[in-house]
Amino acid sequence: MDNAQGLSPIAAGLWDDGPPPRLIGGRKANGEIVFPLPDEPLEPLERVALATSGTLWSWTSQEFQPKSPFAGPEPFEPFLLGYIELANEVIVESRIVETSIDRLELGMPMQLVIVPFDDHRSTFAFRPEQRA
Amino acid sequence: MSENVHIIGAGIHAFGRTEGRSGRAQGVFALRQALADAGIEWADIGFASGGSIAAGSADIMVNDLGLTSLPFINVANGCATGGSALTAAHNAIASGMCDVAVAVGFDKHERGAFNAKPSNYGLPAWYGETGMMLTTQFFALKIQRYMKLHGISRETLGRVAEKAFRNGALCDHAWRRSPVDIETILNAPMVNDPLTKYMFCSPAEGGVALVLASEKKLRELGSDGVRIDSIAFRTRPEGSFEVFAPSIRTPPGGKPTVLASQAAFEQAGIDPADVDVAQLQDTESGAEIMHMAENGFCADGEQEEWFANGWSEIGGKLPINTDGGCLACGEPVGASGLRQVYENVQQLRGRAGARQVPRDPKVGYSHVYGAPGLSAVAIVTR
Repeated sequence: MDNAQGLSPIAAGLWDDGPPPRLIGGRKANGEIVFPLPDEPLEPLERVALATSGTLWSWTSQEFQPKSPFAGPEPFEPFLLGYIELANEVIVESRIVETSIDRLELGMPMQLVIVPFDDHRSTFAFRPEQRA
Repeated sequence: MSENVHIIGAGIHAFGRTEGRSGRAQGVFALRQALADAGIEWADIGFASGGSIAAGSADIMVNDLGLTSLPFINVANGCATGGSALTAAHNAIASGMCDVAVAVGFDKHERGAFNAKPSNYGLPAWYGETGMMLTTQFFALKIQRYMKLHGISRETLGRVAEKAFRNGALCDHAWRRSPVDIETILNAPMVNDPLTKYMFCSPAEGGVALVLASEKKLRELGSDGVRIDSIAFRTRPEGSFEVFAPSIRTPPGGKPTVLASQAAFEQAGIDPADVDVAQLQDTESGAEIMHMAENGFCADGEQEEWFANGWSEIGGKLPINTDGGCLACGEPVGASGLRQVYENVQQLRGRAGARQVPRDPKVGYSHVYGAPGLSAVAIVTR
């Protein structure tokens, strides 16, 4: 999955390249983890590399082209998104790729991938876990 | 509560689209109707509170209504604007500050889904750029999980919208006045799976005003009033799943609606089974389903049976969203929460015409919910 190679991340500090790539969250003093790591944290946060796989918590499709600030490539292609629960860490919102909506199920294993967002930029996404 | 507070006048400007009439003018229209209904003059009002999200400040209304020097508090509280205005007007009377007060809400939004700027919500630019910052997605994500956990079918989602349009057809202040059959609803273009075009409400225009009075004033005027038994307004607790969330705590926490509902029932000293008519926030079909459970009217999953049996129809055991709710009325945000209370006031006074709930309803329950995670509940009795 290196079709995102050579592209710039859509934002700095969202993930470490790895391999494997890992999303970066922040752990609060009480142990709770937030994602993403805020630019201006209001309390001390410990930088933490999150799990690379989790389970599907919910999902939907984006069927119409969102208004600004959406900045996806033209012409608009509908996409999938959802929440992935990283066990004992945090539930993150993400694009969902390499599947179709009728194949998604609550609790199915998902893994992090870095994918092209447009011709110049990459973003993070989750796809169904591929068993070896 | 230190003193009983009653709603003695109710006015509404029809929801929908009114070209050439500002949001505030629609608020003034509603307010004049509410004053006439109460049989009092603007000069009798001791306190006013109101607002809008997209149609300016409410206190400018004094230019149209009369410069009587009354205190007028502007509210800008998102989806809870109407609820906050009602709370302020209620408290002004309950505290003994005055005998008659008004709450007013109005709005006029542009067409199409609301769009939001990430920086206004303390969120990074990439969240908006990648297309994950849409309110409609949040609603779809919340109901998708709920359906899978609690066995809610797509057909039930369709039945919610079908009921809304059927009730709206009977209601003179509704925007959508034609029934839509369930096949059309289910087969309409998908917006965010599992929600189709007909399952979402649209931004709209409209105005609502309520005149509140002390018990003393109610008796003096011999008003046809309803009593406010409780108003509870709660913002989100730790870990609640709300709109515009790049991440959620695991496990998730409580819900603002559950907190507001429990507080309102406790204050009023009644149970969900005592309610005769309810208006629940139905930004989309899934919201009405989930809010039935969050407000304590059924257990998670029982909504399937409720809709299969028509229990929330106008003639059912608990009529819900009798004027068609947000789905049929549209959502002028500043007016929407007060519309729900208006509808309960008319139902309890037996003035709801073709959509009147039978068997003389005595207890009305209204619930508004909105971004960024707030909920207001009002219980009125007769």
